[in-house]
Amino acid sequence: MSEFLQHLVNMLVLGGTYALLGIGLTLIFGIMNVVNFTHGVLYTFGAYIMFIVVQQIGLNFFLALPVAVLAGWLLGAAIELTLLRPLRGFDIDTTMLVMIGAWIAMQSGTLWIWGGVAKSVATPFPEAPLVLGPVSVSWLRLFVLAAAALLILVTYLLINKTSLGRAMRATFQDHDTASLMGVNVDMIYTSTFAIGSSLAAAAGALLGPVYVIFPQMGDLAAVKAFAIVILGGLGNITGAVIGGFILALAEELGAGYVSSGYRDAMGFVIIIAVLIFKPTGLFARAERVG
Amino acid sequence: MTRALGLVGTIALATALVGGAVQAQTIKIGVNEPLTGAFAASGTYVVNGAKIAADEINAKGGILGKKIELVIEDNKSNPTEAAAVAEKLITSDKVPVLMGAWGSSLTLAVMPKLMEYETPMVVETSSSGKITTTGNPFIFRISPPSAVEAAAFKGIVDKLALKKVDFLVINNDWGRGTAEDFSKMMKDKGITIGLVETMDQGAQDMSAQLSKIKSSDSETVIVTTAVDQLTLIFKQAAALGLKKRIITTGGSQNPDQIIAQAGAAANGTMHLTTFLPWFPDKTPNPEATNYFITEWKKRGFEFAGCTESFRGYDGIRTAAAAIEKAGKAEPAAIKAAFWDINIKGLNGDIVFRKSGPEGKESGQSQPNVYLIEINDGKVEMKTL
Repeated sequence: MSEFLQHLVNMLVLGGTYALLGIGLTLIFGIMNVVNFTHGVLYTFGAYIMFIVVQQIGLNFFLALPVAVLAGWLLGAAIELTLLRPLRGFDIDTTMLVMIGAWIAMQSGTLWIWGGVAKSVATPFPEAPLVLGPVSVSWLRLFVLAAAALLILVTYLLINKTSLGRAMRATFQDHDTASLMGVNVDMIYTSTFAIGSSLAAAAGALLGPVYVIFPQMGDLAAVKAFAIVILGGLGNITGAVIGGFILALAEELGAGYVSSGYRDAMGFVIIIAVLIFKPTGLFARAERVG
Repeated sequence: MTRALGLVGTIALATALVGGAVQAQTIKIGVNEPLTGAFAASGTYVVNGAKIAADEINAKGGILGKKIELVIEDNKSNPTEAAAVAEKLITSDKVPVLMGAWGSSLTLAVMPKLMEYETPMVVETSSSGKITTTGNPFIFRISPPSAVEAAAFKGIVDKLALKKVDFLVINNDWGRGTAEDFSKMMKDKGITIGLVETMDQGAQDMSAQLSKIKSSDSETVIVTTAVDQLTLIFKQAAALGLKKRIITTGGSQNPDQIIAQAGAAANGTMHLTTFLPWFPDKTPNPEATNYFITEWKKRGFEFAGCTESFRGYDGIRTAAAAIEKAGKAEPAAIKAAFWDINIKGLNGDIVFRKSGPEGKESGQSQPNVYLIEINDGKVEMKTL
């Protein structure tokens, strides 16, 4: 029983960051119809910003987090303006190829700048964990969970309670009509991509110090983000949050009770199952066809 | 137009010829190591050690009157890439001998290429038993196979009063081979084997495996993986309140790096290593060890890397000794010469003994294995 409780706690902590990864990706796909292959690199980028700000500049850990989020926002906006805006109107395959190219170029860039050897970031949290009966969890991970929850809440409020969010949702539903109603669709696209990117960078900035930082760290994260998005339904933010926790649960219980060798395969198993039985995602609403 | 093309062709040919002539002044040794991916830290250390050996040999005039040149390629911690890199080094760079490829799965992927092109390779790190038992006569290994590690560990098993042991190993030939060899040895000693948990080489979160181990009734965990993953395991084990004795194997632990990155979580852990940079006087070859450590520090590398990098240093010296003995930089002659060398390695004499099926034996030297313990952030030696 205590083992099961420990798995549940691990799931909560892991699921929070998975959710964060998932909503950034699903937001961009839902509103822009762009398959963002740079999502994993932006995650890596956020982690390296933490490394630079904390380890090389020596700034406070908590101040470094907003810096990483902002840097992710700026890089996302730059990618949108230079790569995606000129391709507006091209088919999804073309943008997909360009994004794959950007992914490879940026990953090679991080390798070129920082080398392949993993870096770690010091944190102000105590090494001794918080022990609650049979369950223990590190303070750093609790902080990560809290920060992820806060970011998810902020994103939710941004989309559901602000005029920018309303414009984003309008563009999601029908960008021609939104444009006719005076929504600046170009600006919405740039903002959406920047917000999605900053969420990926935030996830990297939060998880980088938990693990180690290296140029390919984003690849596995991106695969998981795609699994979460497929699970929750393309463009469905609530679905992505729940999908994040489901993936974390499947990984934890899969590794705990099935076989630890297949832990990272659980995501793919879920993708396959969802695509076979409910290809629109677990939480898709009924859609009008034709 | 045709003339212009012809001119370009002539220039290209001339450049190639001149280039070829310049390159013939050196003797090339191919180095196939993971410089990116899961084993980047380890592979980079090995390459830096290899460079020290090459510079030392060249400063003394090289071999056969020529300087040696390391052709270093990154196998990306990926077996497919490791095989491709070996092919490139042999066919395009024309190296007569290689060193590589750090991980057992990487080395096993390279081995068919060695057979295909009949080129020998010094295996500096890999410990899977399969490497020297499958009948590849181009393999000359200077690192201990996991069965040798297990045998060395046998002596201390009673002293540690082991009763029930869990394993947490990297999910590849190295980790699974270690779990197999250590289980066999421990079962003979009457020790119960509990869980055998695995993790992907790129996995960063081992909390699920550690939670499972935490609630098992064993008192000791044997962990086998490279330094980056080990550091994460120590941190995550501490965060889960795992209070079992942790013993690592495989010789890729870099205990200093573990102390630096895992802090207090590293205390009380034990590690089977293949080099003793902390106690140069206790190594089989103190003079060479001191030279190597001094040179390593002079180049501004972290001391922690010594436990890995010495293998690159020994590996290149082994290859160079074979080339010298062969009298020419040709694969077949070098392969034959490996059987006749006897050099003073940093971890014991490097002399190859036959291993594997008769008629196509691989070479295996018999390096030492040590057990160290981390206490109060310091490395202590235990007697095996």
